[in-house]
Amino acid sequence: MLDGIALEELEAEAIYVIRECAGQFDRTAILFSGGKDSIVIAHLARLAFHPAPIPFPLLHIDTGHNFEEALSFRDDYAKELGVDLHVRFVQDSIDAGKAVEEEGPNRSRNTLQTVTLLDAIKELKLDAAIGGARRDEEKARAKERFFSHRDRFGQWDPKNQRPEVWSIYNGLKKHDENFRVFPLSNWTELDVWQYIKARNLSVPSLYFSHERSVINREGVWLADSPHLITAATDRPEMRRVRFRTVGDVTCTGAVESTASTYEEIIEEIGRSNVTERSTRADDKRSDTAMEDRKKQGYF
Amino acid sequence: MSKDEIPQQHDLRIVRISTAGSVDDGKSTLIGRLLYDCNAIFDDQLEAIQKSSRATGETRVNLALLTDGLRAEREQKITIDVAYRYFTTPKRRFIIADTPGHAQYTRNMVTGASSADVAILLVDAVHGMTDQSKRHSFIASLLRVQHVVVVANKMDLVEYSENRFAEIVQQFDAYSEKLSFTNLTFIPISALEGDNVASNSDKMPWYQGSSLLDYLNNVHVAGRRNHVDLRFPVQCVIRPNRTFRGFAGEVASGGLRVGEEVMVLPTGLRTKIAAINTPNGSEEQVTAGQSAILELADEIDISRGDMLVRPRNPATLSHRFEAMVCWMNEQPLAVGKRYKLLHTTRQVVAYVEELVYRINVESLHREDVAALGLNEMGRIVVSVAKPVFIDLFEHNRVTGSFILVDADTNLVMAAGMITHTQDTRENASLPEVKAGAVVSGQGLVVWLTGLSGAGKSTLSGLLKEALADMGIATIRVDGDDLREGLSSDLGFSEEDRSENIRRASATAKLLASQGFIVLCSFISPMNAQRALARSTVGDAFMEVHVECTVDEAIERDPKGLYKRALSGEIKQFTGVSAPYELPENPELRLNTGSQTHEESLQLLLGSVLDRLRAINESSPNDKL
Ligand SMILES: Nc1nc2c(ncn2[C@@H]2O[C@H](COP(=O)(O)OP(=O)(O)O)[C@@H](O)[C@H]2O)c(=O)[nH]1
Repeated sequence: MLDGIALEELEAEAIYVIRECAGQFDRTAILFSGGKDSIVIAHLARLAFHPAPIPFPLLHIDTGHNFEEALSFRDDYAKELGVDLHVRFVQDSIDAGKAVEEEGPNRSRNTLQTVTLLDAIKELKLDAAIGGARRDEEKARAKERFFSHRDRFGQWDPKNQRPEVWSIYNGLKKHDENFRVFPLSNWTELDVWQYIKARNLSVPSLYFSHERSVINREGVWLADSPHLITAATDRPEMRRVRFRTVGDVTCTGAVESTASTYEEIIEEIGRSNVTERSTRADDKRSDTAMEDRKKQGYF
Repeated sequence: MSKDEIPQQHDLRIVRISTAGSVDDGKSTLIGRLLYDCNAIFDDQLEAIQKSSRATGETRVNLALLTDGLRAEREQKITIDVAYRYFTTPKRRFIIADTPGHAQYTRNMVTGASSADVAILLVDAVHGMTDQSKRHSFIASLLRVQHVVVVANKMDLVEYSENRFAEIVQQFDAYSEKLSFTNLTFIPISALEGDNVASNSDKMPWYQGSSLLDYLNNVHVAGRRNHVDLRFPVQCVIRPNRTFRGFAGEVASGGLRVGEEVMVLPTGLRTKIAAINTPNGSEEQVTAGQSAILELADEIDISRGDMLVRPRNPATLSHRFEAMVCWMNEQPLAVGKRYKLLHTTRQVVAYVEELVYRINVESLHREDVAALGLNEMGRIVVSVAKPVFIDLFEHNRVTGSFILVDADTNLVMAAGMITHTQDTRENASLPEVKAGAVVSGQGLVVWLTGLSGAGKSTLSGLLKEALADMGIATIRVDGDDLREGLSSDLGFSEEDRSENIRRASATAKLLASQGFIVLCSFISPMNAQRALARSTVGDAFMEVHVECTVDEAIERDPKGLYKRALSGEIKQFTGVSAPYELPENPELRLNTGSQTHEESLQLLLGSVLDRLRAINESSPNDKL
């Protein structure tokens, strides 16, 4: 049981949107990384069609810079759901010369994911990809629709979005265009955790407090990992940390935290003075970093 | 608020707000201010805008930058698309749709207003009401946003002048006379200085009302849903194996119970609800806004786009209807052109048969035109190739609304609100199709008893409005009206009074049996009179004692009657010179001395709806 009106409303809204994908599109996939938002999406999809299995495969765009644990969680969860998991690698796009690795210690493969994602959409003939993005995450995302149209180059045109009136979602499109669908648009980070707790969902333990060797770069704690290109100024140290997002190891920052239960995480987020995106080194590059990536076709 | 309170937020209802104002009225600043004062701005966000503010050479932190998200907007210094913001107070959770003010982006205001409980309309106090403000008011009224608050901003630039504020209120009132607002409020503020935004300002001691945040925290939101007429548009069919067959969707309005009979549109076939599966597992019932997978007693053919309704109260199965539309694309409306119409989960081919008129938003005049352009609004007649199952927008936001999509580009051309259903031809095959104004077969008689001045008429007026908001038709019957017509032959003897009550209740019964909610306000001081009314009406009767003390009633004395009674000018006046027997077992007591009208209305509305549901649920299967 959910114990809040708001969560119930958000859950119903998300389920409605997910079912509209089944109703309006031929081939939908759920973008699934093993992170908390994608776990919530997968759970909602399960509820939306229960007792039938989820009618969509999962798709992960793998940067190659992963937390091992998120990957094993991803694989186990896909098995538990009984759905296909497609993994496509950024490395393959780099090897094929379609994407060029960035240089320097602060390089990131986040931007490169776009190339791999667009190729995967073509290859799997997807007409919709469901993502876990929320409008509260970032300014550019605040303007996203539930059904976000992408042209045949996979691009988002923020100036020319389709109006979304009442709860009528327009998924009509031409051959070779597609949609990104965001059922969690109206959720906040706190809602996600309240929901995970209420529905008792398991998440990778990276989200809970643990000891780890980390490196402080410009105020962001990055995991000390082989994927990180070391800089002369790096000083690895042991800290009690947890992650608020689990993406590309090289740019996903940790926060110092002792929160080791759902309750403590919820409590901590309630008190937090910074957004979860503040732990993303790639968004710090410029004030419009996210918007620029999205226009190119990023999630 | 203190951050410690945030973890409670999941218990709070979500209130959706839309905002509108012309460029530079200060909308971004106001939203930034609201977020800032509600602690909804995080340090890293603040740091980012501090940086940007410095970069553009501004002296203080520009709160508007918080919401002016996209680069294109930054460059042009204007907001160009709808953005959504989130903030929480200890009392409520809010989603703000930040919608831009340019004429060419009016469609975004429609988008924001379509889901709003409250619309904030900004006016620059220096300029007063502009054509843009008129447009915004018109849209809010057209989309039937429940609460509209006009915020006069930049009061600091008009020396916080009471007169200036009064002028703005006057300008709005003059214009909105012809519009239908249920609740209209005015608040003078300065978004820049924070006056009357999160708390009351001492710069405007003449203003007695609440600050904007107070208002938002306390405004009564009845919800965007109709809770009476069952409409369940089927989203998809769930069929994992031979034994399970479920129909998934969201209850658009009304409610459903296991065992209840339902009818399928368009086939008209009937069956019963065998089981209701929800995210919480299997349930006995679900109501508007909930998600469900329904199992039915019989195997009948149902697919996406079909709709489940109550046999006694179906939506209108329509091939042709009239609607108000807001045109949302540069490509103008073309009469006779083929469009796709999206309505609930149904998609059909549609033609605009006729453009009846365009509304001139400034003058509210109807204009004869050949086409409707971007951001223009007008009335059209639509015909569809396959039937849709509709209600009037004023009764049901979900089944009363639709969008038109261009068949070639797939772009959204118009948002439409159904105003008339036009065909009856197809309906002949269906039993008793109604527009949904009256509830199902059985209405209700709400009998309000109490002293003169206790608040019976006020409450019945408020209840009428509240029910009208939900699309339920009411009829008011009160003592004075009856005495003027139907009972003009009667005097005030014991016998005549009883006869008066009998006529009133017999009339009420007749109306209730046809689906109306009949609101009867009668002092009816004696138990015997109320018992007579109850027995005349039968089951669908609900007695409400509107209570206050005689002293309170004398104090209020709205019609000056107590004064005349106390001086002996009126004889036999209830409470003064004649007794009022307290009702022994009324269905509801409302104390207007200790409760606000808002509180009383909530209680009243709640029990009327409960009662209405109960009698419709217990009545035997309809005898159509
Ligand atoms: N004096 C004064 N200026 C204001 C007030 N609110 C906004 N402004 C200014 O009006 C200009 C436009 O404000 P902005 O919020 O960007 O307007 P928007 O276009 O409606 O979003 C900016 O220069 C603000 O600083 C106010 O209450 N008083």
